[in-house]
Amino acid sequence: MTRITILAIVMLFFGFGQALAVLPEEQLSDPILEQRAREVSKNLRCVVCQNQSIDDSNAELAADMRKLVRARIVAGDSNEQVTQYIVDRYGSFVLLRPPLKRSTFALWFGPLGFVLVGGLVFWQNAKRTHSKSSQSPKTKIEKNPQIDEIMKNFRK
Amino acid sequence: MKSNIYAFIPLIILVVLGIAFAVGLRNDPREMRSVMIDRPMPEFILQPVLEDQQPFAFFDLAGQVSLVNIFGSWCAACVIEHPILMRIAHREGVAIYGVAWRDTAIDASNWLQRYGNPYRKTGLDAESLLAIDLGVTGAPETFLIDKSGNIRFKQVGPISGEIWEQTIKPMILLLEAEE
Repeated sequence: MTRITILAIVMLFFGFGQALAVLPEEQLSDPILEQRAREVSKNLRCVVCQNQSIDDSNAELAADMRKLVRARIVAGDSNEQVTQYIVDRYGSFVLLRPPLKRSTFALWFGPLGFVLVGGLVFWQNAKRTHSKSSQSPKTKIEKNPQIDEIMKNFRK
Repeated sequence: MKSNIYAFIPLIILVVLGIAFAVGLRNDPREMRSVMIDRPMPEFILQPVLEDQQPFAFFDLAGQVSLVNIFGSWCAACVIEHPILMRIAHREGVAIYGVAWRDTAIDASNWLQRYGNPYRKTGLDAESLLAIDLGVTGAPETFLIDKSGNIRFKQVGPISGEIWEQTIKPMILLLEAEE
């Protein structure tokens, strides 16, 4: 019972995950072409809602862009040609995976830079505290003969 | 002495981030202003919104400086922009053409009857064919077209009095002087 329940719950969630913005009447009858249209749409930003792909978005302009993507695929364009068609009109901003070019270097390599700088600071810091803890007892606390005397008496 | 240098690290990071944000936040990718500029107007033929008009096509724009205004009867900001379009069209004699985007002929013509019609011709783009070809992201958007049919300027959002006086009007005067 529990296994079936869990399975049912998991399937329910997967079902929700795949709830389509793409309406049935938009879809192409040829499953291969439809699959290509989905792939292209997933990398195109909905320009109204900005952080969704047109494949995910319920916005009307996104629906019209999906229709256009399908129309061009049916007309014989390759996936790259369809994507380029939209980029020509909206700029590379519509690509959800930004292309690697000079203006996006900071975007692609910035995180790596932060990790390197952070690692360097961490390493320097670790080195400093390590050397401190191993050296400081010797340098800071000098042997005081009077204290030794007192301690000796105390232990007695 | 060494620890003093470390004390400045947060300040340095703050300054670097400050510069990055100052540059990054000013440059709004939503505007996507540059892509269509200096490109030819795409070819199109749109069905007329008003019954007594001919279709609105790209060749209507030939040989004159014109504005192509993307609007819709559903668009709240278009109502705000509307009075200035009426003034530009009727008092200053600028050729403005309308594209009723994601609209119906009935709704758009009712809208024009209610508020007044600033457009020489109004075409219907119900399925965003021209809108996508122009890289339109919302309404209103206005394209300034030169005599040779090239897009020279794009205004995203309503034309304000300031934008008209300081940007669009001077550009129109310059483009009128071009051959």
